[in-house]
Amino acid sequence: MTQTIKSITNPKISLNILSELDVKQIHTTTLDVIESVGVKFPSHKALDILAANGAKVDREKMIARLPGHIVEEYLAKAPPTYTLAAVDPLLDLPLDGNHSYLGTDGCGVEILDLVTGERRRSTKGDVRDIARLCDYLEDIAFHWVPLSAQDCPPESRALHELEAIWSVSKKHVQTETIVTGKEMRVAVEMAVLLAGGWTELRKRPLLSIMQCTTSPLGQDGGSLEASLVAAEAGLPVGFMTMASCVSTGPATLAGTLVVGNAEVLSALVLMQMAHPGCPVYYAAAQTVTDLRTGAYTGGGPADFLFGAATNVLADFYHIPLSMGAFATGAKEPDWQAGVDNSLSAFMAVSTLSDMLLGAGLLHGSRIFSYEQLLMDAEIWGIMHSMFQGIIVNEESLALNAIRQVGVGGNYFSHRHTLKHMRELWQPILMDRRPYSVWEKHRDGSRQWARAKAQQILKEYHPETVDPKILSEIKNIIAKFEAG
Amino acid sequence: MSKDLLTQLIISLIDGDPDVTVALTRQALDAGIEPLVIIDQALVPGMKTVGDKFSCGEYFLPNLIISANSMQEAMRILEPELHARNQAVKVAGKVVIGTVSGDIHEIGKSLVATMLSANGFRVYDLGVDVPIEKFITTIKETGANLLGLSALLTTTMVGQREVIEALEKEGLRHQVKVLVGGAPVTRSWAEEIGADGYAEDAIGAVQLAKQLAESFAGN
Repeated sequence: MTQTIKSITNPKISLNILSELDVKQIHTTTLDVIESVGVKFPSHKALDILAANGAKVDREKMIARLPGHIVEEYLAKAPPTYTLAAVDPLLDLPLDGNHSYLGTDGCGVEILDLVTGERRRSTKGDVRDIARLCDYLEDIAFHWVPLSAQDCPPESRALHELEAIWSVSKKHVQTETIVTGKEMRVAVEMAVLLAGGWTELRKRPLLSIMQCTTSPLGQDGGSLEASLVAAEAGLPVGFMTMASCVSTGPATLAGTLVVGNAEVLSALVLMQMAHPGCPVYYAAAQTVTDLRTGAYTGGGPADFLFGAATNVLADFYHIPLSMGAFATGAKEPDWQAGVDNSLSAFMAVSTLSDMLLGAGLLHGSRIFSYEQLLMDAEIWGIMHSMFQGIIVNEESLALNAIRQVGVGGNYFSHRHTLKHMRELWQPILMDRRPYSVWEKHRDGSRQWARAKAQQILKEYHPETVDPKILSEIKNIIAKFEAG
Repeated sequence: MSKDLLTQLIISLIDGDPDVTVALTRQALDAGIEPLVIIDQALVPGMKTVGDKFSCGEYFLPNLIISANSMQEAMRILEPELHARNQAVKVAGKVVIGTVSGDIHEIGKSLVATMLSANGFRVYDLGVDVPIEKFITTIKETGANLLGLSALLTTTMVGQREVIEALEKEGLRHQVKVLVGGAPVTRSWAEEIGADGYAEDAIGAVQLAKQLAESFAGN
């Protein structure tokens, strides 16, 4: 049983992507947009709260316009740091501005079957299996709902997805699939059971909530009402913009940052108006629309830049960030997936984005692949090693060893080597075998990843939370379904 | 002179400048050019050139959309004129399109509607969060032979099935071919719910609609 989480902390590499002036310009333009254009809040409950706190509300169009000083005043109420709790406290994730964590991607609709390799529609069993694998992997710090449990009724599907994950893993869950207040009330009830009470859940939020905005410049009514329910219970709530250059955002990257920023900030302000001081986070997965098909792309230089830039914005607002990285547009775990996921991970970590989403899905977050999940885990391992940077001190400079080995000779058997060689990164899926060995087997990362996933799923059956609690959680869902 | 105007009109479509297209369309009418001549000798060849430039990779989707919008605006001026002359343009098919109930995603659906319209279809765009009854009554009223159903959520996708079931109940299923689309929608889903076609993008949707409309014409 793994009891550690591989987070990236105290990074030795950093990146200058936006100057202070750039950030200020993005900020003031965003405030201008929120005040002059406004944002659509298709929920009377949300509009009531906004109106009561100084927004100009057009009830007919359901658009709220907020003066900049009000936006700033309420954003300042959001806590800059807090902890995403896990059922097992050893797996807690402090969002303290000095950690990057990797989570799974969501919410896909198909899976490349682990046994047959065929693409098929996803089920609750898949959600459970993936969660079990992710519980095993130290690279995966928290769960998203990776796939839609399409064999469950749409009205309670998100609850089944939560139950599936909680039945096999004690890591933190951040769900992105609850989009009605009604369903959220039940999810909170389930989380309360798991935490051992309302106060306990507030102190240790085992569940965080992610909602999507509706670009450009809109929110989803059901998502808003669900978020208000969650925030009231003290669950961290984040809003994700997926503004996409050319279609739901301007063709320019800065313009799309502004549109997304206006969506996220206005939603976070609403949360702070409703529940001052409630934990919130910024979430984003901006991209570029494909110029030929008009489709969401997932990957490419703009995505990588957004990945690094968004955390600079989130830091400016002193709010943690959950950033869409990985999530390649590739159809298979291939060269494209490797390029996309490595560069997006690197860029998002280079500004120390708190949470990275996206391990395991292909085709722009639609198809889950076990092979890709393990490859993404390996990419995370590479990032972890790289961001430790080059440590320079007396021991690492190795002057004594250099003197002793002298000219010629080698370091294989020197004590300094034995002492430090295990600090060097070791591949699991990359092929470093002699050519002749490869020629004989003609296999590689895909086969190995698949075999490893099969092995873990066969052998790893973690101790679950109290079965009594799990059965009560199932009862809650059944009661909800019975109406 | 008239040749010049028509040439300029073609160029305005290729350049993607709706204001100029509208102004030139008015000028052409004022100059006494027949609306059908404007359509056949300027708008259609202009759009064809834009389509060709897209196909060979020179133009991107925004070029197509801007030109399609220009064409639509020009048609809005020409249609009353055609009507007054008891004339009509050939319609490739009548399409009712909308995002299913409970789903407010608009962009993909509207993109498909624009592209269908630019390709000679008469489009009845019902918008988003469309109740099943609204699809049914519009099909009855318009005699549409194509229905496009969009859904962006796994939880609202089931709405596509419900509309198809309602069509069957109303005895309309034989009258319309149903196209489905949206990010979570797959070919296997389309087959399972008994849709007639599925396309992943707007260009694919237009090709599909043309094929389905032709299959009707062939019946």
